Amino acid sequence: MAASVPCVALRDVSLIYYGDDGREVHALEGVSLSIAQGEFVAIAGPSGCGKTTILKLVSGLMPATRGQVLIDGAPVCGPQKNVGMAFQNPTLLPWRSALENVLLPLEVVEPHRRQFRHKRREYEARAHELLRLVGLDGFAHKPPYQLSGGMQQRVSLCRALIHEPEILLLDEPFAALDAFTREELWGVLQSLWQARRCTVILVTHDLREAVFLATTVYVMSKRPGRLVHATHVDLPRPRTAEHMFEPRFNDYVHDIYTRIGEVRA
Amino acid sequence: MRPASPLRRILPPIVAVALFFLAWEVGCLVLGVDEFILPRPSVAVAAYFQWQAAIWPNALQTLFTTLVGLALAIVTGTLIGALIGYSALLYDALYPLLIAFNSIPKAALVPVFVIWFGIGTLPAILIAFLISFFPIAVNVATGIATVEPELRDVLRSLGASKFDLFIKVGFPRAMPYFFASLKVAVTLAFVGSVVAELGASNRGIGNMMVIASSRFDVPLVFAGLIVVALMGIALYAAFALLERRIVNWAYR
Repeated sequence: MAASVPCVALRDVSLIYYGDDGREVHALEGVSLSIAQGEFVAIAGPSGCGKTTILKLVSGLMPATRGQVLIDGAPVCGPQKNVGMAFQNPTLLPWRSALENVLLPLEVVEPHRRQFRHKRREYEARAHELLRLVGLDGFAHKPPYQLSGGMQQRVSLCRALIHEPEILLLDEPFAALDAFTREELWGVLQSLWQARRCTVILVTHDLREAVFLATTVYVMSKRPGRLVHATHVDLPRPRTAEHMFEPRFNDYVHDIYTRIGEVRA
Repeated sequence: MRPASPLRRILPPIVAVALFFLAWEVGCLVLGVDEFILPRPSVAVAAYFQWQAAIWPNALQTLFTTLVGLALAIVTGTLIGALIGYSALLYDALYPLLIAFNSIPKAALVPVFVIWFGIGTLPAILIAFLISFFPIAVNVATGIATVEPELRDVLRSLGASKFDLFIKVGFPRAMPYFFASLKVAVTLAFVGSVVAELGASNRGIGNMMVIASSRFDVPLVFAGLIVVALMGIALYAAFALLERRIVNWAYR
């Protein structure tokens, strides 16, 4: 893999939008960021600092006001088909089973869309495999309302990965779950990432989550959002719950906590 | 919780209806209400059996106009609802017009339709249609317009068009809203066709009731009312059953 071309690059990106009262809101200012292929990046920062905006820029749902967003060296203009997304709210379709929810992107994204009828069995096998990876074998045909919040979020992760995207964008995906389920899903996400080796950008408020999962944790300032700090997390993989009780783990969390305290002040 | 037994579900409404008619019957007897003012239910039922042969063709006529009007309302209401739910521009443009149309008392349109189309089946169908299409349109539009923004982002980032979003998410999502509105619409459609028949038809239950009342045959008027109510319940039940079948995911 050529290390010279980063998977995702933001070059001096600013974003200004207009609020309901017509005033300019500077969401991001001069953000530069370079993410290598297969890297797991976490972005932490105070509420409303534009973390989600970065995801929207990378996915191509929103154009930057200034600067450039590049994926594999090519400028992003318009929706990117090689990204998968998951949010705090699992947003599953209640009339579809878990399996059918996972298959949804293949019914929409090219080239799978064209081949969907033809290759349905193959795709279903792929979806079953993903569901097995997240520990949901036996639940494929259940409707969402028969699944717990954690299980729904697992399905949502599978849906984000079914079309084998190069980049996975996660917007506080575990924020609404209870502590035990959340930490369990960190493990699930880590093994998915290790199996797929896709590039991940995770937006989170939870610093332990950021340190547990990411190779690099970025800290953003208050609005207008800037990246003010980067921490490379040098902990062995796979990281387990045990690692979270080690001093090194806590040193990372503490350091980032202090940085965020500085930008909030 | 154990699921309710069939008896538990069927018995209460039967008892309630029986009590209602019993109270009516006994009330009329005790208070000595004149049959000409309010006939007892037993008298209305007797009138029904006496005039059965005349009631049924009229009832079927009313059922026919109601169903045709409702079918038109379903097609137009879903179409308009889909359009204004799909496009904010069309929503802004058409909503005031829809509300204006809906605010017109439909009974006031009957004489207008008589001038345009004469006495007959057509005014009744049109009134049934006009009275029942609004709730369908509004409900379908709401279902489509309230798709979660995150879900929209997931699909849009995959390159989904607005139309894909509509087919995969908006439309199925609007189905529970659609069926809820259908149950309102079907009863409204009956109101519409009977109101139109009262003044602008020579057939149908409404027309039969006008003739009966002009002959002071109040028991027959009430027999007609009861037949309309029964048909309303039957159609409501049919749609409720269909709803359970098609959008069972919305009931958990």
